[in-house]
Amino acid sequence: MYDKTVRRRRAVLGLLVACSLILLTAYFGESAGGALHGVQRGASEVLNPVQDGASRALKPVRDLFGWFGDTLEAKGDVEDLRAERNSLRRELLAEEGARVEADRLRKMLELDSALDLERYEPVTGRVIAQSPTVWYATIRVNKGSDDGVRRGQPVINEEALIGEVTEVFSGAAQVTLITDTTSKVTARTSRRGSFGVVEPASAGNPTDLILNFAPSSVNLDEGERVVTRGTVTDTDRLQSLFPAGLPVGEITRIENAGTDTQEVHLRPFANMRNLDVVQILTRPGAGT
Amino acid sequence: MVAATPQLLARLAALVVGGVVVQTAAISQLPVAGANADLSPLLVMAIGLLCGALAGACFGFGVGLFVDVALLQTLGVSSLVLVAVGYGAGRIREARDPEGTLVPIAVGATATLAFSIGFAVMQFLLGVEAPVSGALVRQVITTLVLNTLLALPLYVLVRRWLLPALPDDPRRRRRRAYTTGGLSPLSRT
Repeated sequence: MYDKTVRRRRAVLGLLVACSLILLTAYFGESAGGALHGVQRGASEVLNPVQDGASRALKPVRDLFGWFGDTLEAKGDVEDLRAERNSLRRELLAEEGARVEADRLRKMLELDSALDLERYEPVTGRVIAQSPTVWYATIRVNKGSDDGVRRGQPVINEEALIGEVTEVFSGAAQVTLITDTTSKVTARTSRRGSFGVVEPASAGNPTDLILNFAPSSVNLDEGERVVTRGTVTDTDRLQSLFPAGLPVGEITRIENAGTDTQEVHLRPFANMRNLDVVQILTRPGAGT
Repeated sequence: MVAATPQLLARLAALVVGGVVVQTAAISQLPVAGANADLSPLLVMAIGLLCGALAGACFGFGVGLFVDVALLQTLGVSSLVLVAVGYGAGRIREARDPEGTLVPIAVGATATLAFSIGFAVMQFLLGVEAPVSGALVRQVITTLVLNTLLALPLYVLVRRWLLPALPDDPRRRRRRAYTTGGLSPLSRT
């Protein structure tokens, strides 16, 4: 009896491991239009409304958590807030959430008008899900193909460029952040006009990017801003996904400056760990 | 090993869906010191401790598959790692039948560490070229600390959720064993 139980347990374990390995191999080997990718997209299509609903339902919890964070930072407010009655505290929570959101939207409008982003027909969306693992820097927003969102479109928040749309569903879109290990953005420095490709410096670090392939002969300065290059060509084939001039980050340090092994480190302007409202530029080629 | 009744299966399925949705829609968007808690290994650990190795491994496979599908990640990576986590937690229950409040905390921390390391190894095997940074290690450690803090309350919640469908609750089983003179659940086999 005991042997039978052990044999059965081991057989099931072996079966599950084999299933995982088969899935992994098949998924890794097939193209983005393959059967498993299709099944995954179909399942995500079903899950998106659930995640959207859950995200809305759990927003008070996130606001509550954010409120505690803000309170810890602003110690002076703690005593006043402690004296509030429970009903007033709930009211304050709601107002706080609305104020943060209004502040974000105001900043976003300011960025829109400063960079003349209206011509790119931005669609405003809310983050409904985020990858829990540090190995995938992805978010899900509640705008999809029904709103004109397509793959490859750039995504910004109220601060700067945050990523690009890599998968689209009818009512949602997957955005791969510029801090994901698969992300690459052609960029230039604002003062010297030096070109390069922005990539994450290392996996799981949302505050450190590298400007690769920047010519070592050009003297770059710490604090210099880096914006998207927005490559324009005579043909449509090699055009950059990102329009020119979107803020990306600023140079924080340069290692081995002036040598072939020069590494230009950037800090992204956008706080990738605190994304709530974002804009997808649905006509990124409109400015060219 | 716990018999798989329809009621238990339904509750486990609800736990998979509910856990993953809450994780992606809320917990992942609540950064603490630059990282966030990850409920997946804790849920799998809890099921392993409550239901045994077989159920733990199957539940781990289900949670992993659901996470990979929901987040458009490479299919099979989370499943593979969580199968091992669930099986390991289940074997601890079957071989040691541990008692004590600290068990879910210790096993939860171990499960999180195993999941983090296993996931990282899989990513490198699949060809992620980015180097490991101090920030990554810090995030893994922060997640480990957060998960350790959440392990016990989550275990209690999961146990409470499954209790009506669990024919062989560990506490009741132990109480029965002590009153009837049995030493361990293994002695019944």
